[in-house]
Amino acid sequence: MTITEKILANHAGLKETFPGQFIEATVDLVLANDITGPLAIEEFEKAGARQVFDSSKIVLVPDHFTPCKDIKSAEMVKRLRNFAKEQNVLFYEIGKVGIEHALLPEQGLTLPGQLIIGADSHTCTYGAIGAFSTGVGSTDVAFAMITGKIWLKVPATIKFVYTGKLARFVGGKDIILYTIAKIGVDGARYRAMEFTGETIKSLPMDDRFTICNMAIEAGGKNGIIAPDQITGEFLSSVTKEKGVFYYSDEDAKYENVVEIDASAITPQVAAPHLPSNSKDVREYSNVKVDQVVIGSCTNGRISDLRKAAMIAKGKKVHPDVRAIIIPATQRIYQQAIKEGLIDIFVESGCVISPPTCGPCLGGHMGVLGKGEVAIATTNRNFIGRMGHPESFVYLSNPEVAMASAIKGRISHPDEVTK
Amino acid sequence: MIVKGKVWKFGDHINTDDIIAARYLNTTDVKELASHCMESIFPDFSRKVSINDIIVAGENFGCGSSREHAPIAIKGCGISVVVAKSFARIFFRNAINIGLPIVETDFVDKISQSDILEVNFDTGTIVNLTTGEKGNFIKYPEFLQEIVKSGGLMSWAKEKYIK
Repeated sequence: MTITEKILANHAGLKETFPGQFIEATVDLVLANDITGPLAIEEFEKAGARQVFDSSKIVLVPDHFTPCKDIKSAEMVKRLRNFAKEQNVLFYEIGKVGIEHALLPEQGLTLPGQLIIGADSHTCTYGAIGAFSTGVGSTDVAFAMITGKIWLKVPATIKFVYTGKLARFVGGKDIILYTIAKIGVDGARYRAMEFTGETIKSLPMDDRFTICNMAIEAGGKNGIIAPDQITGEFLSSVTKEKGVFYYSDEDAKYENVVEIDASAITPQVAAPHLPSNSKDVREYSNVKVDQVVIGSCTNGRISDLRKAAMIAKGKKVHPDVRAIIIPATQRIYQQAIKEGLIDIFVESGCVISPPTCGPCLGGHMGVLGKGEVAIATTNRNFIGRMGHPESFVYLSNPEVAMASAIKGRISHPDEVTK
Repeated sequence: MIVKGKVWKFGDHINTDDIIAARYLNTTDVKELASHCMESIFPDFSRKVSINDIIVAGENFGCGSSREHAPIAIKGCGISVVVAKSFARIFFRNAINIGLPIVETDFVDKISQSDILEVNFDTGTIVNLTTGEKGNFIKYPEFLQEIVKSGGLMSWAKEKYIK
């Protein structure tokens, strides 16, 4: 069996599972945010349920429109807050809250071998620590809050094998954009994406989170990386819990095996309006940008900020560009202050936002007007994603985004460093 | 169950931001969500559709976010069924869970904008009344049929879990 099949079998009380099988599995962690949570609470209450199945396994993270951008979003967060109090479930208030998929691993809530569901499509992020983790809807969350269960179809697995050493300015974001360009935005639809190979084994956790985070952009049900020493070291820095390490068997059955020479990957940029429109950054070097966003559940972690600061140090943001930096959590924000990164950003003319999903989904804190162009370290570049239906979003890694902020057009980091 | 309605045809990879833009997600009100359905790619869609109309689309319909507001907005417009070559997985489960009928079939290629379509869920057949052509689709697996028959996941849960 594959790692995905093993975790699912374990949670369904079965010896084995096979692709296509419908199972009812128990969940270890249930997540919802300020957009999807209120709908889940409505369904929970409509069903006449009084109590959640286990208050320690539910977490509500108001991160999308917070700090609340308007009256309606304030009402939605209020709903979440009241429910959390009533049911005694985890709720992260402003001052503690961060972007859910950076926050939960940092809080030690996500563990290897767990089955995690979240009413947010990027819940697939936690596959990076060897969990089965997938995005679901609000009704699924309501059902899970009542029963502790979820219905699932066991996915077939596509194995991705990466070999070779990464080039300078190439990281997790480039690996996943390159992969999505290769297989398409539905190339892994309903599938588990298992990321393996020597390149992955040598990647730090932050890059692994970025890769698994965007499995959904290829249509994947989950992305997963077998836990190893790097996973273990990360875990021991955030929790005393160990989790359960699962590995794919030697004779595990894969629907497909995709081999990728990672040493050939260059810094990538995905042009509007699909993440699969990804090419070498130099293909887009004549594109002028109005806004740069560095943050999100994809690339708002400390190593992302370090990479961006390394490019920004001693340089100025182009006068025609708004550069917005969003540390994904309070801990990351504080660490960035300690390391002097925030100083570098402010000195170069960037603005720092509190932790929020904000502009990634055109919510607030950097919405685009008609005809405007942004390059962002976020995960989606759909029509109108960051604002006006006639605005344009290019996706990249943090170094490319910062280099572009300095040059005022999409740029390879080589153009601003020696 | 048989539904009949006019076709509104869309292409491949219609994503959840197309179906309902995130700027409207600060509410759970069905009418309000419905009024902005497909707005970015098809202005005034919600005003042009009638009760029982049918959305027909290509591959990977509903890709993107997990927002259940997307199938809710579609259902709120009065759309009776979404027929597509394939669905993104979260949209698929959300539609099943909230009781929005969906059909997966390559017959999509034989359907044009404004055709009148009849979909029979009991027999798994689909008829293009405008052209006279007929097609089939695979019915939901038994497990999902149970949920759909109950009227969605929560009704199913009520029967099974909530006493």
